[in-house]
Amino acid sequence: MSLRLQRLLFILLTLAIILSAVLLILYNTRENVSYFYTPSEIDKLDIVINETIRIGGFVENDSFNKISSSSFKFKITDEKASILVTFNGILPDLFREGQGAVIEGAFVNNDIFNATNVFAKHDENYMPASIKEDLKDTGYWNKKYK
Amino acid sequence: MKFLVNPGNFNKFADYVFLPVLISSIILFSIGLIFAFYLSPDDYQQGSTVRIMYVHVPSAWLALLTYAIMTLYSIAGLAFRIPFGFIINTAVAPIGAVFTLICIISGSLWGKPMWGTWWVWDARLTSVAILFIIYLIIIFMNLSFENRIVREKVVAIFVLVGSINLPIVKFSVDWWNTLHQPATISKLSKPSIDPSMMIPLIIMTFAFIMVGLVIAILRIKTEIISRKSNLI
Repeated sequence: MSLRLQRLLFILLTLAIILSAVLLILYNTRENVSYFYTPSEIDKLDIVINETIRIGGFVENDSFNKISSSSFKFKITDEKASILVTFNGILPDLFREGQGAVIEGAFVNNDIFNATNVFAKHDENYMPASIKEDLKDTGYWNKKYK
Repeated sequence: MKFLVNPGNFNKFADYVFLPVLISSIILFSIGLIFAFYLSPDDYQQGSTVRIMYVHVPSAWLALLTYAIMTLYSIAGLAFRIPFGFIINTAVAPIGAVFTLICIISGSLWGKPMWGTWWVWDARLTSVAILFIIYLIIIFMNLSFENRIVREKVVAIFVLVGSINLPIVKFSVDWWNTLHQPATISKLSKPSIDPSMMIPLIIMTFAFIMVGLVIAILRIKTEIISRKSNLI
């Protein structure tokens, strides 16, 4: 085996070892690396009252209630479980029913989650606005897009 | 293909391609910007804000591509003792850093209206911030050693260690829950973007590649000359 090939193998092997070490660390801390919990993950966890966490999912259809101009009530769902959220503040532009959202806040009791921050999450789909009108006209518009 | 590993051949090749690359970068950027601002449609959800994508996504791709190229040249430099590998490392690191910075700034400007926040510490944003810091460390290391032979080896090893971050940036949106959405175009199946938005994105990507190449050619030639005259 030539010296060059030995050096190449040595470098690649070292890289592979470091990479697997880093990935192992990340894999075993994935709950902390993940930015938010989904409602069904929350169901499996023990709820700690007043501990700040983030939950993420879709804003459930027909769940949005405006209590006053800056006070809102809605449900976050992942189609398996849903959580009732209350929020005082300004909602981002993209926030609407059926849209993804990440909520930062804490449980005030076992059922109600009080949000301190609301972030809208958008999906990886991009479509011209004119096509939305065409789809609506022809009846092919999927309600899930909102 | 000798221009990829030999400074002399690179110089000759660069002299041939420099003008065409420069001209095509100007043309592509003009066409791309006209497409991005006027000829591409508004998004059904995001409205006009989607146009930030035409700067954000190409700069993110190029930030990763630049680092991948540095990684390959570091392996070549260390394993096969090709000095040109170290020349590339010194020359293109600032280019990658600038692309990363453009990506982070445009992403912030996009995040504020869409997500409702400039910055969050989710896996994608954090790993890109780490990429930027790695680029900065490489630039500072390139400036800080007296002995060039020692310096280029240390930098190349650091580039290799930092390359672990590349797959983490790429797959962070698939491995963990993040506020950042998953990739639109990496799927092998039909991308979830309309052709009328895909075309400006591709034009802008090639425009960014050409601009990157223009700066890279100039910086690599400068590096070769200053090594020949023992300035560094």
